[in-house]
Amino acid sequence: MRTAAALVALCLALFVLSLVTGPAGAPPGASLAALVRDDGTPLTVVMREIRLPRAILAAMVGASLGLSGAALQGYLRNPLAEPGLIGVSGAAALGAVLAIHTGLSLRFALALPLSALAMAVLAVLLILALAGPRGGSVTLILAGIAVSALAGALTSLVLNLSPNPFAAADIVFWMMGSLADRSFAHVWLALPLMAAGWAMLAGLGRGLDMLTLGEDAAQAMGADPARLRLMLVLGTAASVGAATAVAGAIGFVGLVVPHLLRPLVGARPSALLWASAPGGAALVLAADVAVRVLLPERDLKLGVVMALVGAPLFLHLIHRTRREMP
Amino acid sequence: MTALAALALALMLVGAAAAAGPPRRVVSVNLCTDQLALMLAAPGQLVSVSRLARDPASSAMAAAAQAVPVNDGRAEEVFLLRPDLVLAGTFSSPATVDMLRRLGIRVERFAPARSLEDIPALIGRMGRLLGREAQAERLIARFRADLAALRAAAPPAASAVSPAAASARTAAGIASGTAPGAASGARRPRAALYHANGYTLGSDTLAGDILAAAGLANVADEAGLRGGGRLPLERLILLAPEVIVRGRDYPGQARAEAPLNHPALRALRGSRIAGPTEDRDWICGTPQVLAAIRSLRAQAAAAATGGEPEG
Repeated sequence: MRTAAALVALCLALFVLSLVTGPAGAPPGASLAALVRDDGTPLTVVMREIRLPRAILAAMVGASLGLSGAALQGYLRNPLAEPGLIGVSGAAALGAVLAIHTGLSLRFALALPLSALAMAVLAVLLILALAGPRGGSVTLILAGIAVSALAGALTSLVLNLSPNPFAAADIVFWMMGSLADRSFAHVWLALPLMAAGWAMLAGLGRGLDMLTLGEDAAQAMGADPARLRLMLVLGTAASVGAATAVAGAIGFVGLVVPHLLRPLVGARPSALLWASAPGGAALVLAADVAVRVLLPERDLKLGVVMALVGAPLFLHLIHRTRREMP
Repeated sequence: MTALAALALALMLVGAAAAAGPPRRVVSVNLCTDQLALMLAAPGQLVSVSRLARDPASSAMAAAAQAVPVNDGRAEEVFLLRPDLVLAGTFSSPATVDMLRRLGIRVERFAPARSLEDIPALIGRMGRLLGREAQAERLIARFRADLAALRAAAPPAASAVSPAAASARTAAGIASGTAPGAASGARRPRAALYHANGYTLGSDTLAGDILAAAGLANVADEAGLRGGGRLPLERLILLAPEVIVRGRDYPGQARAEAPLNHPALRALRGSRIAGPTEDRDWICGTPQVLAAIRSLRAQAAAAATGGEPEG
């Protein structure tokens, strides 16, 4: 309970920090005052139309990625499972790019997250089929590399075929992710699917706990493996798909967050699941503050900061896995 | 190898023979030199222009360019056109330019215009290179006269004598309440040029000079970006320009263009959004920039009086 309160407090503090960080460089007090009270100045516009949706999106995206990472790790019983690493984010980005560049998203706004969701579902199913129910580390990572590479190549192809001279530069956004210049339109676009995904994943706790005893034991205790699997696939695809559709593919969040929280809440999947949502939100909020503090004038990608934090941890985990299973 | 050497030698001989008179086979590989050459060249003198010259969004001479074969600016195809003069920009691929020079072809490179004052010089140089000095003189004289006429036209705020504009001014005074010195005729509304990737252009650029000639003050200078650069959306909003001139809208979608459509721009009270602009009027130092100045004038007048632009 104390951990929960601490995580929520951390999220709130980082949320406020995110609100007062930006290239405009207005004093924090005045910025927050302008956010609460519309004083007719441009600062209110900056706070309400740029900073507020950005901070909300950071929290939403972080929670989605943290939750999905914890759920995947619980289901596959493998600490290396993460939506970015196993190619789900990359596939979702491909879906989003297809929706944008076929013009579908102009005719029907929700086509953007729905198309990302569809490709994410395909990726999760492919990974589960390739990695098998036990989710061996090597097969899981290899399958992830294959799916990521294919999705990345197809994303680049679609963007290179666009008549827009700037589209090719978007490859970096879709592969690294960014929250720069997002608006409330993106919040409303992502929220319905994300919320559905959160609901599906949050209900997995008990089933994942039983699964730690093995599939047969879980079934004997009344768990429904087929339903568990369906909820995991749809929940992960919905939350990661919606997050990627508005913010690009941000890697390592789902890897780092459960790893950091395991010593605090224990290894029980259900405990890790709820803690990973605020944990992920805090991490992405912090990363999004970092990109604006490090290079305020440029759009440094979130994926760069996350990879700097996550890749060493990933290497460490691979090393440990190898030691445990020679 | 010997064949190539022989070809190069033959070409040099052709070049030497032609050196006496004006060039007879001119190839242009840059959008801006395309347009100047199309304006000045004698019939048949210009044998090829770049592909962009035919794009009506980028080129003011798109119609004239339909009659001239196009190239993609590659050394191989340019060489096979047997030119005695190649016109390029200073940003044209150095590898291509070096290759053509090694093959003995004369390449003249034009720097992009950085101000309105550069334009007569560019026209004059093109006229001399093509042996069309008289045509160039006429074009320069007309450009100078038109520009002087535009500049002599009363400044936007003082020109508001029509009844419609006068009533619009009173309406705006109440609506915006943020028009310091609106009564004085010399007020220059503050404006920003805003392009994809949040790129803006300051006073030390051709586009900035166009803005100034239209009677607008450039907020990029306030942000310390006289030469242009990236202006984050937040800082643009805090500068609160009265006119935000949006850059060209390209076909297809790109995230780089997202700042141009951000809801925050519309939420900014007291700012009007103008554009998208047409590249053909803005990016090359040709007399076509006068069209850009004219269309911005209407925006400047509307911003100064708070009414709707006439054009």
